[in-house]
Amino acid sequence: MNLRIYDKLKILAEAAKYDVSCASSGSKRKNTNGFGNSNGMGICHSYTEDGRCVSLLKILLTNFCIYDCAYCVSRKSNDIERVAFTVDEVVELTVSFYRRNYIEGLFLSSGIFKNADYTNERLVRIAKKLREEHNFNGYIHLKIIPGCSDEMISDAGKYADRLSVNLEIPTEKHLKKVAPEKNHSTVYKPMNFLAEKISEVKEERKRYRKTPLFAPAGQSTQMIVGATAETDLEILRLSSDLYKKQRLKRVYYSGYIPVSDDERLPALKTPPLVRENRLYQADWLFRFYGFATEEIIPDSQPFLDPDIDPKMSWALRNLDLFPVDINTADYSMILRVPGIGIKTANMIIKARKHSLIRFDDIRKMGAAMNRAKHFIQVPGRSLLPSYSTDKMRMLITQPSNQMTLFS
Amino acid sequence: MIYTYDGTFEGLLTTIFKIYECKQLPSDIFRNGKSGVMLFDEVCQVNTDTTLSDRVIKGLQKRISPMGIRNLYKVYLSEVKGAEMTIYGYIKYALENHRNIETDYTNEFVLHVKQLVKMIHREVHRMHAFVRFKLTKDGIYAATIVPDFDVIPLIGQHFRDRYADQRWLIYDVKRNYGLYYDLKVMEMITIDNLQLDERKQFREYILDDEELQFQNLWKTYFRSTNIKERENKKLHLQHVPKRYWKYLVEK
Repeated sequence: MNLRIYDKLKILAEAAKYDVSCASSGSKRKNTNGFGNSNGMGICHSYTEDGRCVSLLKILLTNFCIYDCAYCVSRKSNDIERVAFTVDEVVELTVSFYRRNYIEGLFLSSGIFKNADYTNERLVRIAKKLREEHNFNGYIHLKIIPGCSDEMISDAGKYADRLSVNLEIPTEKHLKKVAPEKNHSTVYKPMNFLAEKISEVKEERKRYRKTPLFAPAGQSTQMIVGATAETDLEILRLSSDLYKKQRLKRVYYSGYIPVSDDERLPALKTPPLVRENRLYQADWLFRFYGFATEEIIPDSQPFLDPDIDPKMSWALRNLDLFPVDINTADYSMILRVPGIGIKTANMIIKARKHSLIRFDDIRKMGAAMNRAKHFIQVPGRSLLPSYSTDKMRMLITQPSNQMTLFS
Repeated sequence: MIYTYDGTFEGLLTTIFKIYECKQLPSDIFRNGKSGVMLFDEVCQVNTDTTLSDRVIKGLQKRISPMGIRNLYKVYLSEVKGAEMTIYGYIKYALENHRNIETDYTNEFVLHVKQLVKMIHREVHRMHAFVRFKLTKDGIYAATIVPDFDVIPLIGQHFRDRYADQRWLIYDVKRNYGLYYDLKVMEMITIDNLQLDERKQFREYILDDEELQFQNLWKTYFRSTNIKERENKKLHLQHVPKRYWKYLVEK
């Protein structure tokens, strides 16, 4: 084996880590005649010391790039070593790691050389080789380079499970400040085409089962948070649109990690992790908990509260809707009780068909009672005196160091 | 009355049948040899009879779903102290009610079964994630595991489907048996005199020449993909508790 491969891997993995998409889920690809499969749920084979899941071999094909975006570590003007993998090196690494159960598959991106199509063609070639020559049925996530043609996208979708093209800077206005050579139309055009094509194939497959798969795990995108001045309101409105119109599977919010001294970017000491966490919590609320964007982030408050999670924040603004009677309320309202998640809400709904639910039962079913107890009504427990919003806030706010998705 | 059985699932179900037959309520149920010295309770050693265990299953099938029955099997595999009494409590509750009680989570046995199944699923999922194969000189991708529960019966299908074109072996070092797939069938095997190092991994001399290179490449990748500015040891440990570190090449 070429010893140079260690250096290449180090450099190209380090450069790729800023694209935080980590999912290996969404695709139920069966093993046909070869090896590998995708179980739909995704598997995290390891976790980095920063707590993120390692599920795929996430690398750039090369960190050489013709563009000079201020927020990117691989920008043209950055004085760093530039390397590139060969197609065979990427294929061999993917197959060897996969067979050892280190990974679910490959996540392949690249700096841009020559032009978008030329670069993308190389990525597609690797995916094609894995599928056709090696009979590889594991997960493949390919990046779509902004500016890429429809033909190239159509080709990519034949071999990849997920495709993504990144907005990075949420609004065009701010994008121009830090990456004047770029514009959002080069991102939206491929994104829109992809959305259409994915729908088209889905429809066809309903009618004719043998229609070949096309990006079965859909598409996603990423926005960098904290590099430019957009508010949470702008960011979440945008995500909401992306989920509705372009039917994206995921939007990723990546806290800006300072990679340059460029004056156009804030000189942060640490990445805005709390803000990022709140955005993910808000994202979960409108995807899984039935909240509308306006409910989570009203116009009057363009930033999410850093001290309190968005669900609790909403509850405190709507105390007149509580307490919720656990034994009679709708599923959708039970879901809105702080401290009660989807699993617990489902258990409550099922269990109450058999018998009355009491305070202790809810605790045993997994609710976070230190929060939930202020908002529910159950037999055997007297109603708590109604507190003012401020008093409730005081009761609930506690220092939280560890950030999980469901705090 | 203390009941003991031979440690098999059928044995446990036979025991439950006996409990109904003898009408002697159990104070505990143990695998043979696990009960310790019991000074005051009577001990009834149950001999496994598959006709009786089948009758219990048939009775259950009238009340709960196939998934529900499979869940009881998983609870049995969990080897958790008290698992047998939980299974007994669940079956008793299921049989004495005419409705399907699977979702009656206010019942302590139904809830406990749900919690144990969740625990087992998590461990199975972790095995799918943390098993790391090493290529041996014989061309077999081999791995050792030391799981908290007896997961071997539950993890094979996943690996068989995924690695259909490579010979592989997964060996439970604690329980001294494993799964071997030879490209045609997957079967349970026992290996005598397994040569393992202090990390309970296969010794280097049986590994393929390039194997170490791929492990080093993986370590390189793993280190490079970490973002130091986001360091969070607490979250890291929550996802990968220390007892799994021995599996992971990268640790």
